Amino acid sequence: MKLYEHTAKEIFKKFDIPIPKSILALDVNSAVDAAKQMGDAVLKAQVLTGGRGKAGGIAVVKSTTEAKQNAQRILAMEIKGFPVKKLLVEEYRQPLKEMYLGITIDRQAKCPVIMASSSGGIDIEEVARNSPEKIMKIHIHPLAGLQDHQARTIANSLDRNKSREMIDIIRKLYRLFIENDCQLVEINPLAETESGIIALDGKMIIDDNAMFRHALKEEVSDSLEEVAKKNGMSYVGLDGDIGCIVNGAGLAMATLDMVTQYGGRPANFMDVRAGASAEQVKAALSIVSSNVNVKAIIFNIFGGMTKCDEAARGIIEKIPELKKPLIVRLSGTNEKEGRAMLEKHGIHMATSTEEAAKGVVELGNLN
Amino acid sequence: MGILINKDTLVVVQGITGKEGMFHTKQMIDFGTKIVAGVTPGKGGVKVQNVPVFDSVREAVERTGARVSVIFVPPQFAADAIFEAADSGIELIACITEGIPVHDMMRVCSYLKTTSSRLLGPNCPGITVPGASKIGIMPNSIHLAGNIGVVSRSGTLTYEIVDMLSKNGIGQSASVGIGGDPVNGTSFIDILQMFEEDPQTHAVAMVGEIGGTAEEESIDFIKKMSKPVITYIVGVSAPPGKTMGHAGAIISMGVGTAAGKIKALEEAGIIVARSPSDIVQQIKKLDQN
Repeated sequence: MKLYEHTAKEIFKKFDIPIPKSILALDVNSAVDAAKQMGDAVLKAQVLTGGRGKAGGIAVVKSTTEAKQNAQRILAMEIKGFPVKKLLVEEYRQPLKEMYLGITIDRQAKCPVIMASSSGGIDIEEVARNSPEKIMKIHIHPLAGLQDHQARTIANSLDRNKSREMIDIIRKLYRLFIENDCQLVEINPLAETESGIIALDGKMIIDDNAMFRHALKEEVSDSLEEVAKKNGMSYVGLDGDIGCIVNGAGLAMATLDMVTQYGGRPANFMDVRAGASAEQVKAALSIVSSNVNVKAIIFNIFGGMTKCDEAARGIIEKIPELKKPLIVRLSGTNEKEGRAMLEKHGIHMATSTEEAAKGVVELGNLN
Repeated sequence: MGILINKDTLVVVQGITGKEGMFHTKQMIDFGTKIVAGVTPGKGGVKVQNVPVFDSVREAVERTGARVSVIFVPPQFAADAIFEAADSGIELIACITEGIPVHDMMRVCSYLKTTSSRLLGPNCPGITVPGASKIGIMPNSIHLAGNIGVVSRSGTLTYEIVDMLSKNGIGQSASVGIGGDPVNGTSFIDILQMFEEDPQTHAVAMVGEIGGTAEEESIDFIKKMSKPVITYIVGVSAPPGKTMGHAGAIISMGVGTAAGKIKALEEAGIIVARSPSDIVQQIKKLDQN
């Protein structure tokens, strides 16, 4: 789960990581009021995507007029498809130096890795691409945890003169990373200002699999992605017209690839996960068919954990309201029972992913 | 022959009294797997499918001599189940559970290095050696004994490929799912090494997907192998920057795309099949040569 900057910063605050004074505003008036309290203020669009600075979603304002103009402008923006609904109003802190500090998981080394660079700021990705030697990486043993000498090495690489202050922030950020089950926590920029080192931005991604032990809830949209997630499935919208419902991410990707190979364009990726119930199958059909671009649907199950008769029950219950042509492939656990149920209803059937993919592309072309 | 397990392997099922544990215990027994014990804390003394259930893995091991464990417990408790299996001297731990927090898996993998236990998975379908034994959840009917080793990061896609091989008369020495999570126990290279050393295996089909660098890391090893390896990579049509379900299948900063993996494999002279049926064709070609 990706967190908004303001949520991430609330968590920073709990871990005693220095952040600027800030107020969250949902409309122009409260943004202007908040800016008045700050003196020079920064208005920052709250969106779950990067690159908002370059898109114009951040403004430094020095008067009420400026605050009003910019709050109006930014709250009307859409950044990379995300409408701006919230503004974080912060006191303006002049950075003397912008650094980068982040912690993520190195899947190859199977441990956390701390990354730091004294060249932080909005061009950090360019730094990573063009001069990777400017980014220090330190791997942390998952059982031993962050050691003092490691924190010291990172701190010195950022700023030798502020080593003690920096070590303190690094330690706190590592504790935050572990205690919140983060996949990523990032401070960019970590700024040196006249009154000390401070996190001017904050990014956090929490492992969805670990949400059971965190009370945290980010308000979610009613996008098909989120509806699917609520039903225990995963959905990714694409721009084609063939709806795809598959069990297992690998088979789902193979199905999309096969649809593409036969000349079709997938409208989505959907993994109904292992052991899907008839209810989940119905929900999956609703989600995929609610996309108006969808001309035909491929339903591809190879059951190990998932039982074909259970899937068939879901399909049959949904068929009367389904307005789009459907081709079904059922193999594996309880295959005979599942196929027999569907054959009675005259549903198009296939026996392999490739056959089903070819079939759905043909159905899509007819429609 | 085959790898990791054989017809005499004694197996304990952790989470045997749950819905999935119960169902797949029966499936494994039907396949011929020697399930000698089950474990569910607090349920010791009952029987499931005529298999005795114990309160702890240690007790199950002491009473039955089980050497391999298969885990069906929910994700909240799965890391603990793996620790328990390792602490009880289990040699091979196959963890089927999907959705274990990645921080748990980092700690587990780090700990396992200090033990002699091997972890397969998590979020994997397990391993099947046709005609001998099956640990996990692969459908019973799809396998055929033979000489092709199958190794994959996916579950259901493995079934698709194994099924297609069998229907074309191409048998398997073993089919292994290493799991789709970003941090897992056994790697492609580990399994490739076992297939290389297994006299029954004549060639290997390796199925990869977008995300991470596991496929690229295998290249040097494949080049050194005496046996041919046919690879297949899914996620060609996935747009960059999207997560396609598996926590593992994330493409970021240009690393881990299907195109990148296919290019790296082909440049190393490794065969890349374009579809499940193309894997069959490529294996048939090997036989003709």
